[in-house]
Amino acid sequence: MLNISGTQINFLKVRVITFILSAILICLSIGAFFVNGLNFGIDFKGGTLIEIETSQEIEISGLRDNLNTLELGDVQVQEFGSSKNLLIRVEQQLGGDQVQQDVVQIVKESLGSYLSTDINFRRTEVVGPKVSGELIQSGAIAIFVAVFAMLVYIWFRFEWQFSLGAVLALVHDVILTIGVFCITQLEFNLPIIAAILTIVGYSMNDTVVVYDRVRENLRKYRSKEITDLLNLSINDTLSRTIVTSVTTLLALLSLFIFGGEVIKGFTFAMIWGVVVGTYSSIFVAAPLLRYLDVKREWNTTSAVDSTR
Amino acid sequence: MLYFSNLKTFSVLSVIIITLFFAVPNFFSKDQINSFPNFIPKQQVNLGLDLQGGSHLLLEVDTEEIIKERVENLNADVRRILKKNNLNYSNFKVSNESLKFVVEGFNSEIQKEISELSMSNSQNILAMGDQTNLIITQEENTIQINFTEEFIKQSVSNAVAQSLEIVRRRIDELGTREPSIQRQGSSRIIIQLPGIDDPDRIKSLLGQTAKLTFQLVDTSVNFDPFNPSKAPIGSEILASDADEEFKYIVKKRIMVGGENLVDAQPGFDPQTNEPIVSFRFDRIGATKFGRVTQQNVGKPFAIVLDNKVISAPVIREAILGGSGQISGGFDSEEANDLAILLRAGALPAPLIILEERSVGPDLGADSIEAGQFAAIIGFIAVIIFMIFVYRYFGLLADIALIINLFMVLGVLSLFQATLTLPGIAGIILTIGMAVDANVLIFERVREEIRNGSNMMNAVENGYKRALSTILDANITTLIAAIILFFMASGPVRGFSITLAIGIFTSVFTAFTFTRLLISLNVKRLKPNFVGLSKNA
Repeated sequence: MLNISGTQINFLKVRVITFILSAILICLSIGAFFVNGLNFGIDFKGGTLIEIETSQEIEISGLRDNLNTLELGDVQVQEFGSSKNLLIRVEQQLGGDQVQQDVVQIVKESLGSYLSTDINFRRTEVVGPKVSGELIQSGAIAIFVAVFAMLVYIWFRFEWQFSLGAVLALVHDVILTIGVFCITQLEFNLPIIAAILTIVGYSMNDTVVVYDRVRENLRKYRSKEITDLLNLSINDTLSRTIVTSVTTLLALLSLFIFGGEVIKGFTFAMIWGVVVGTYSSIFVAAPLLRYLDVKREWNTTSAVDSTR
Repeated sequence: MLYFSNLKTFSVLSVIIITLFFAVPNFFSKDQINSFPNFIPKQQVNLGLDLQGGSHLLLEVDTEEIIKERVENLNADVRRILKKNNLNYSNFKVSNESLKFVVEGFNSEIQKEISELSMSNSQNILAMGDQTNLIITQEENTIQINFTEEFIKQSVSNAVAQSLEIVRRRIDELGTREPSIQRQGSSRIIIQLPGIDDPDRIKSLLGQTAKLTFQLVDTSVNFDPFNPSKAPIGSEILASDADEEFKYIVKKRIMVGGENLVDAQPGFDPQTNEPIVSFRFDRIGATKFGRVTQQNVGKPFAIVLDNKVISAPVIREAILGGSGQISGGFDSEEANDLAILLRAGALPAPLIILEERSVGPDLGADSIEAGQFAAIIGFIAVIIFMIFVYRYFGLLADIALIINLFMVLGVLSLFQATLTLPGIAGIILTIGMAVDANVLIFERVREEIRNGSNMMNAVENGYKRALSTILDANITTLIAAIILFFMASGPVRGFSITLAIGIFTSVFTAFTFTRLLISLNVKRLKPNFVGLSKNA
């Protein structure tokens, strides 16, 4: 029987350590962003991606050399899940949207003459410069809009102090997620944007539950010292935070292990996001309230009241 | 909170049963569904192209080309009018959107003539009453002519609408299964082709404007076809379709155009057995073609497709019947495609392919299989974990979770929303997150019990207290899903849909179904049913 209820862990005692840890991780992320940068997939960089399945194993380096003689610029070939599944990436060609289409034809012909096995073309994606530019723009806008919407929602439901704390925690999570992609150089594509937006929603969800309890306790214990009150609130909700994170992680891990190669990057981002989001709601969002001068005298009629 | 009137119980159960009902067809094959009695819904979940295999193409109408063509026509008209009125012009400049020239004696008469001509030329394109499509500004002897902004906008919009229609006709001719062809934004077209993973043929069909013209070959000059001299005024040099190097000098005047065709069919020449396309003109086309061929017996004429000469046969006798055939060394598929293109009509402007995403049926099937397996494993893991933590209440949450999953499937089928691979991920994520509402409630119940409430009050207060938290927590995720829905397209959009549906169904089941189950059993519940030991 698992019962984490009634804990009395002093989370705020370690706040200096966790703040420093978060600061270091953020600096690392930003540093990696400028040094390594993101490894954009064709969604954002443009270019051609072809996934093939062959009946026999293929020697990758030979194929790579062969494709690199086609004068299509940089051609990457990598194994994708198994040694008979290959992913071929061709960089975007100069000369606008029209010329991108020729790449598929050229590569297909070359594969046909070079490989003596049967080739099954499982996936072909061609993204031209116009679309890739728009996708990166709308992706960035989506993340900003989502964070801003959360800011407004929390402000509306709580007070500005909570809103600020929650959004700082949120920005923390988004930066760390983008950071992990800069460091690992995993491909950053459209589904990763979806993952980040979900992380924004999830992390907010976690934070809101803790904040809800903080607000409730602020009403209940009007004279309690703020640090104790925050600790109490985190402990009150700790069991829920952990149970929900575990169930979500169980589902995501299953997807990561069994869900197939195509969705792996997406699932990785979500797993990372759930871990970071859970961490940040306990160790960033809640402790931040200590510094944000939260209002103690709650007017029970103005705020939407859970005991209504 | 715990009391459920019969009416309430009835409505909760009926909502659940109705949604579950819509999920039923997904567990049967298409044949089995067809043998169902009529009252059972037959719609299965609509699979996205990434799961069923298929091709997605994003095209853009080359709008610059449309404006360029309009300016070119205007250019020719204005020069003709100036010449007709014996005006000498100089410094004639044609830019992207305007004409500029210097002329003496430009008066309002001529200005009127130009304006009227531009109106008659744009015929059906624009019904703007007496309003002209041109802005003519005069500064001393320098005249500048621009199209009005509305005219350009309208021309582009019409060209896109027309392109959409022609794209639809061309694709329909190929007989693809349930293609979806939609306009996106001001100048784009999205094509979804289920079941097609190699859209080469469609791309090549869409890549041609298919502007067909019949023009006389200019025989007034002798020239070397591999190195032609400059074409005389009124003629142009065109390359052969079969051999880029081989050139023809062709009169610019168009005898008849493809718009006068009423039918085109692929076939074989009975003598040579070579694939051909036979065509038929409408009445106007037949008359024109008859007249020109009558006057030019013994001379060659060129059949021109997209500015390339397909063939240039010699007119042996006047062709009065209004039908003919094109042979140009095609194979039978090329002849077939050309017939399709001619039947569907010419595109008003070239189409550019901006994006292509094609998935083979194997990969789609693999993705479904992997997704299903991952869902089952994740589901089992969550179920076991919930029972481990909350015991009897965990079991209730698990029953709700199962109901929840089927409800997501039912809602997807009911609204015919598209399920994609990221959509499956959304469902799996929902498995993990759907228990959250129940977790929040159960934790509250535990707390109430620890504070000394009896089971009945604890459950009652647990629900009451958790309500606003559950709403706040779920609304944040919902906001993220909605933003994603509007910003994303294609497969990722499917993720936002399942995520949003999952949020609704999980909150609904937590507040109705699990509560109903608990209320039915509340008198028999003991603290250890919530996973609390008696002495806690």
